[in-house]
Amino acid sequence: MNRQAVRPLLALLAVTALMSACAPSDDNTEAATSKTPTASESASPSATPDACAKESLQTQSAGKLTIATDQPVFPPWFIDDKPENGKGYEGAVAAAVAKQLGFTPDEVTWTRVPFNNVFKPTPKNWDFDINEFSITAKRKQALDFSSPYYDVSQAVVTTKGSKAAGVTTLAGLKNLTIGAQVGTTSLDAIKSVIDTSKSPRVYNSNHDVVSALKNGQIDALVTDLPTAFYMSAVQLPKGKIVGQLPSGGGTPEQFGLVLEKNSPLTTCVSQAVDALRADGTLDSLVDQWLSQGGAPVLK
Amino acid sequence: MALAGRRAGPEVIVTVPADAAPNLADPPTSDLQRWRADYRRGRARRSTAIASVSTIVFLAVVLTAIVLSPGWPRVRESFFNGEVARESLPDILSGLWLNVRVLAMTAVLVVIVGLLVAALRTLRGPIYFPVRALAAAYTDFFRGMPLIILLYLVGFGLPGLQLRGVPTSPVILGTIALVLTYSAYVSEVFRAGIESVHPSQRAAARSLGLTYGQTMRRVVLPQAVRRVLPPLLNDFVALQKDVGLISVLGALDAVRQAQIHSDATFNFTPYLVAGLLFVALAIPTIRVADAISVRAARRQQAGGSL
Repeated sequence: MNRQAVRPLLALLAVTALMSACAPSDDNTEAATSKTPTASESASPSATPDACAKESLQTQSAGKLTIATDQPVFPPWFIDDKPENGKGYEGAVAAAVAKQLGFTPDEVTWTRVPFNNVFKPTPKNWDFDINEFSITAKRKQALDFSSPYYDVSQAVVTTKGSKAAGVTTLAGLKNLTIGAQVGTTSLDAIKSVIDTSKSPRVYNSNHDVVSALKNGQIDALVTDLPTAFYMSAVQLPKGKIVGQLPSGGGTPEQFGLVLEKNSPLTTCVSQAVDALRADGTLDSLVDQWLSQGGAPVLK
Repeated sequence: MALAGRRAGPEVIVTVPADAAPNLADPPTSDLQRWRADYRRGRARRSTAIASVSTIVFLAVVLTAIVLSPGWPRVRESFFNGEVARESLPDILSGLWLNVRVLAMTAVLVVIVGLLVAALRTLRGPIYFPVRALAAAYTDFFRGMPLIILLYLVGFGLPGLQLRGVPTSPVILGTIALVLTYSAYVSEVFRAGIESVHPSQRAAARSLGLTYGQTMRRVVLPQAVRRVLPPLLNDFVALQKDVGLISVLGALDAVRQAQIHSDATFNFTPYLVAGLLFVALAIPTIRVADAISVRAARRQQAGGSL
């Protein structure tokens, strides 16, 4: 073999060595993910209440509960963008779930996780995420959901003077330009329930949707009803709720806590949510934080 | 050595083809040339063999490293899910069609505005100082301003003024922002081209009696544009991807459609689908740019390759 052929071969060997050098870091993740199989055994539906005692919960850091949400977060779900203050409906629900699982407020850590990072295929550093995640069959293939903690309906918001202000029927919305935040079921509602003739406008955040409505770039927006009340009362000086949308497909839409796929905690977190529903805690938190004012259901 | 033996041979016959025009495809006819051709073919075969083996080994190592990694099943499910890809493809394609239309519109406007700004910035004479300064300020500002921020300023700020006649469509507003940014870049490319034309060309044109405008149009610009065509096409390729950014204004383009599907399924495959479609869109442009560069090089070397 001549000398010229040796050098590229060396380079190839170097690449190979580099590949195998990656292996140790992979081993770490393997150690981290290898928890999952043993964990999922204990998370079988037949888990007894004892398995949900605080000591036997396999949280990310032992004895601590790490709860994730996005940043920033908005009323009425969280207040002042401080999930740890236990205020706002979701802030209060998260605190109640933590208490139900046996964690004192000192043992609860909050971490901020952008929407996309919730479902990236890497080991999670949080126990559950609470951020108005609607439960759908497709999403359940990627992550676990707890029992639902809120039944949500979608509502149409507009401003006085907009083309949508006088609308009282679903059909009246059909030819309008309607916006929603990306990644929300509000967008699905625009497509399936209202079935607009114009393509909907889809924005990165509800803040952008509100800006577009204020600018007259869209005639109306769709969001969940509690957020709709907040928008029309606080964010939009001339805001007006046109009405609620009937749920598409007949099944009510529900928010659930998001957990890692096959998380050992799913059963226990669901039990905690179920207990909070049964003893009326969820209902009283709804009364405390979410306006339940009347909004006509559009037909 | 065989070579020496052949060289020692008495007759090195070079036959001249009967027809006047020599056909280069004809096999060489002398022993020496035949030996050379054989030798070259042998080396070429060897090169091909080495390249193939090395490529196969390299790909095998890379693929094995990826597939054997502990996170691979999860990554495959998250990024290479065939079912999700099939479901999202029609929406992403319809979004891509919007991208293509915006791209066509933007590209035309950018060439016009860019050329205009470059012409203003290269005006001669002290009286044009304010024009030159304005053109320079424009290119400074809009090359420095991040496109995503400009999109927000134009997309939400402009209609926020509530002026009559200001467009509200995210597609038109997005196109305006793209044109503002890319014209700044392209005008600098044009300016570099204009300044690369040797001053003697202008001097000769003016001494023939051409006006400044005629000199620019007939002498300077044709040479300048030809020279900067490869970097212009490079900017065009960059623009092809940046049209995806108009999604932040609410337009349902390919990137946004991918995001919608990704968020609905908690799966990243739609992003990969959209990304590959953008690559497929760029490849023809890249090939055309390469071909133009090769042609330009050949033209400049006309009359000798060294």
